[in-house]
Amino acid sequence: MLPLNVMTLPLNVSIERIVEESPLVRTFFFSHSFENMEPGQFVMVWIRGVDEVPMGLSRKNSITVQKVGEATSKLFELKEGDSFGLRGPFGKGFSLPAAGEKVLVIAGGVGAAPLSPYAEAAGDAGADVQTVLGARSAGDLLFEDRFSAVGALDVSTDDGSKGTKGFVTDVLRKLDVSAFDRIAVCGPEIMMVSVFRLLQEKDVLEKAEFSLHRYFKCGIGVCGACCIDPSGLRVCKDGPVFSGVQLLGSELGKYARDASGRRVKI
Amino acid sequence: MYTLTGLELKNPTLLAAGVLGTTGASLCRVAREGGAGAVVTKSIGPVPKTGHPNPSMVRLDCGFLNAMGLPNPSYPAFLQELELAKKDAGVPVIASIFGGNPGEFAEVAEGLLPEKPDAFELNVSCPHAEGYGAAVGSNPCLVEAVTAAVKDVVDVPVWVKLTPNVSDITAIGNAAEAGGADAVVAINTVKGMAIDIESGYPVLGNRSGGLSGKAVKPVAVKCVYDLYTALEIPVIGVGGVSSWEDAVEMMMAGAAAVQVGSAVYDRMDVFSEIGAGIEAFLQRKGYSDVKKIIGLAHEMV
Repeated sequence: MLPLNVMTLPLNVSIERIVEESPLVRTFFFSHSFENMEPGQFVMVWIRGVDEVPMGLSRKNSITVQKVGEATSKLFELKEGDSFGLRGPFGKGFSLPAAGEKVLVIAGGVGAAPLSPYAEAAGDAGADVQTVLGARSAGDLLFEDRFSAVGALDVSTDDGSKGTKGFVTDVLRKLDVSAFDRIAVCGPEIMMVSVFRLLQEKDVLEKAEFSLHRYFKCGIGVCGACCIDPSGLRVCKDGPVFSGVQLLGSELGKYARDASGRRVKI
Repeated sequence: MYTLTGLELKNPTLLAAGVLGTTGASLCRVAREGGAGAVVTKSIGPVPKTGHPNPSMVRLDCGFLNAMGLPNPSYPAFLQELELAKKDAGVPVIASIFGGNPGEFAEVAEGLLPEKPDAFELNVSCPHAEGYGAAVGSNPCLVEAVTAAVKDVVDVPVWVKLTPNVSDITAIGNAAEAGGADAVVAINTVKGMAIDIESGYPVLGNRSGGLSGKAVKPVAVKCVYDLYTALEIPVIGVGGVSSWEDAVEMMMAGAAAVQVGSAVYDRMDVFSEIGAGIEAFLQRKGYSDVKKIIGLAHEMV
């Protein structure tokens, strides 16, 4: 939690460098470093005059963004030297391993963004890190170099252009998931729910953590727009990272609420 | 047990409207884990609304500034949330509703009746939604008509939540009472704004909004104090309450109960903490009943 005397007005940052990771994904390095950020935490990115949207930090000083809507399209129009506002980091991140633990990182698509600093932090902590990274095709694989720098990396692509043809679950089926002390998962909800089911079958949900994506309004745990069923946990403050056990019997993979609060099927 | 317009409460702290009230599960959590004596839902209207663009809420050093813009799924879609809250919250559930005119208020109230809310709270006080909220609540004739329209179609208590952004809040309180309100709730947020000096942009997506939290407590205490004198019906105090001391102060101004909103930012169990603090205070001071402190400040002359 933030100290009580800290305001959450947006911090002005300028863009120092933009890296095109794939045609629809860019990393924006900004002029501030969140030294105490927990991997998995998010920031609220304010594109002035347009909207403010949550983004997982891909480093202490970067966000990695997929162009999906109005706000991210406007962000993609910004150039090095331009500025935007940032509030955060907010929420609960992935729990870090102790030295010697075995950690499995499962990342799908742009879900690799918050998991890359986690894999690095786990490596720094002395854990044995293994990553399964999935994407649509070879060109969409994010941060292969960062994951492979800290441990073994298995890749899957939907079209088979690199690694196993299929989904991350096709790779996971060949692994002994019970051999890991911690499992960290982030990706599209359809992918996460497949992983959730597989880990449930293997009876290792209590070792797993998942990072959820829901529509946020306040981002600071007050308004209640992002609460999940049936626990009523707030994704922005009690999450976005939840343990597998917290998500048992939850709305994960079934529905989410839109900006008005209406339930929308996943 | 406390009695408020006929509702039995285990403690006189209620969850304020617009906070953690979008889903049934969230309302249940505030009641069970937070210890609230009753919970008020997010304000529900006649049609789905997505609300204003973000940023919709920011924290200041003196409180919070928000402009959510009455996002809500509309009453038909909210029925399933209300059903869950009624089933599992274990405390009274009050439906906050809004509309642009008496007909819309009555339509929403009637639409939610199948899930039997324990009371209705009429939002005639949101400061930043065009045509709704304070647009209705700063006109005494409209407040009276809206209150009467809802009273006509429901047989549970009707509370009216007032805006402080008027020259005389007691005139609006009197109008609600004349329309048949069972209680008034004071206050909604105070109009406010913040500007990002790096860019010159107003911070909120809606440019301006409403201030809540610490900064508004003295404003709320004065409004409650004045309404207590002007009205026969109970006043429910809300605005900047985050401790039992704040709650006792609000009650001494005349509040029969208090609502807590922004303070959930710090801790969910602020309700049980305030409830226990009030009990301990009454015992320490030798007050036999909470009624002894309600409006106490009025007697101290």
